[in-house]
Amino acid sequence: MLIKKRTGYEIPSSEITPEHLYLSRRTFMKGATLAAAGALLAACGPDMSSAPQGRAPVDDSVAPTPGSTSAQTDELGDPLNDYEDIITYNNYYEFSTDKDGPAKLSQNFKTSPWQVEVGGLVANPGTYDIDDLRTKFDQEERIYRLRCVEAWSMVIPWLGFPLSKLLNEVEPTADAKYVRFETIYDPASMPGQKSPWFNWPYVEGLRLDEAMNELTILATGLYGKDLLPQNGAPIRLMAPWKYGFKNIKSIVKIDLVADMPTSLWMDSAPQEYGFYANVNPDVPHPRWSQASERRIGELGRRPTLKFNGYEEQVAYLYEGMDLKANY
Amino acid sequence: MKLNRKRQTQLLRYAAHIGALIPFILLLWDWQTDGFGPDPIREITLRTGKTAIVLLVASLAVTPLKLVFGWNQLHPLRRILGVYAFGYVALHLLTFVWLDYGLSWPLIQEALFEKWYALVGFAAFLILLPLALTSTQWSMKKLGKRWTVLHKWVYLAGILAVLHYILLVKQAYTQPFLFAVVLVLLLVVRLKPVRQQVIRWRRAFVKKNGLPA
Repeated sequence: MLIKKRTGYEIPSSEITPEHLYLSRRTFMKGATLAAAGALLAACGPDMSSAPQGRAPVDDSVAPTPGSTSAQTDELGDPLNDYEDIITYNNYYEFSTDKDGPAKLSQNFKTSPWQVEVGGLVANPGTYDIDDLRTKFDQEERIYRLRCVEAWSMVIPWLGFPLSKLLNEVEPTADAKYVRFETIYDPASMPGQKSPWFNWPYVEGLRLDEAMNELTILATGLYGKDLLPQNGAPIRLMAPWKYGFKNIKSIVKIDLVADMPTSLWMDSAPQEYGFYANVNPDVPHPRWSQASERRIGELGRRPTLKFNGYEEQVAYLYEGMDLKANY
Repeated sequence: MKLNRKRQTQLLRYAAHIGALIPFILLLWDWQTDGFGPDPIREITLRTGKTAIVLLVASLAVTPLKLVFGWNQLHPLRRILGVYAFGYVALHLLTFVWLDYGLSWPLIQEALFEKWYALVGFAAFLILLPLALTSTQWSMKKLGKRWTVLHKWVYLAGILAVLHYILLVKQAYTQPFLFAVVLVLLLVVRLKPVRQQVIRWRRAFVKKNGLPA
């Protein structure tokens, strides 16, 4: 079920807008053309009024929740990105380094059955089935900005649950300081994992206090539907104040550890990608500036916000830290 | 029927013009039909850049191909492909400063000097600009020997273009490295000892097989 929690980073919204009401520009144009054609036909023929009009109803059969979102904008007033764009413009190097590659190459990727092993320095290690995770923890909607290190961004209505709930259940021991995540390793269905440029599988990590932050969720859906493979199905991390690559997809393993994990990108290019990877316009990537970004669906650029606009919620985590040294 | 040299050259010219214009026509088509996908600016940037580097490397391949295979009829393609390459470089730069950065000078300045790849790419543009401007028969005559010296700078532009490509990818180096390997091969063939050896081999091969040179 969908639980809407009111928090500081969300704007209250009284209206529920079903997804099928906000069409993308392209779909809108197609729809308009169809409607116009329909009107013309209706004018010509005696009994054309029963011809189908508008769009087919949204198929909710695959979704655990209705295909809807609770708001049309994020808390800053910026509109959500189109579903179509979110599912066709992806960085998922396990499938392809092209933006439209993951959507094409991941269609046969099996996301069920799926299990997530949670262990390491915990009192109650366990293996969780994805279906159990969906029912055990209430699925909340979180409208988050996603800021890619390549300097583009989207606003996405995720569905998921706070990582802290899962961590509380496995009870990290006193020695646990970090959380280490791992993506499935399956080069047979993930052609990108044959690429020699990276040490697969994908690994990411968070400091325990970052992982326990209220904003950090494990997402299982978006726009009220189950995640598609290209978006990291069936379960992925979402820590919205960090660059997109921190938000590891298709997770199979979560370990509580004492030492800072080395992520895939840290391993691949340590001078370019650090452990923290907090969105910060004042700390450029060694090869490009991070001061501005392009919002998908807009032309032109907008300034990048510190911690991706979540400063109020996360700045305390980094008090006294040199953010340039800890990039 | 065997085509004579002149006719062959004519056909190759047409093919080069058509081949080099197709990416531009596709750009116009997608511009009209909103066919660039979710991030049009990125798509336009990548397509103009990719076409530019392909044409530049193709232009640089003409002389080595003449050397190795004796295909002298390719000669006019060097200029045609080079000028089109510059055209796409100009579109690429225009996309960056205008579509992407909205002609905002502070943003462009910051991007140019904080993005290494932007600076390297801009340097390549600055080199190609005078080469494109002096690509006419008239300039060739006017500049005489200096024209040859000036146009040797195209090698540096080619190197900078490939470096620009290498600098902007996120660790997935297969494609830019492919361009680098091809470029190195094309440059190595031009080195005097290599070039002379290649010419000797070709003469020996032609003599042995009794083919016209």
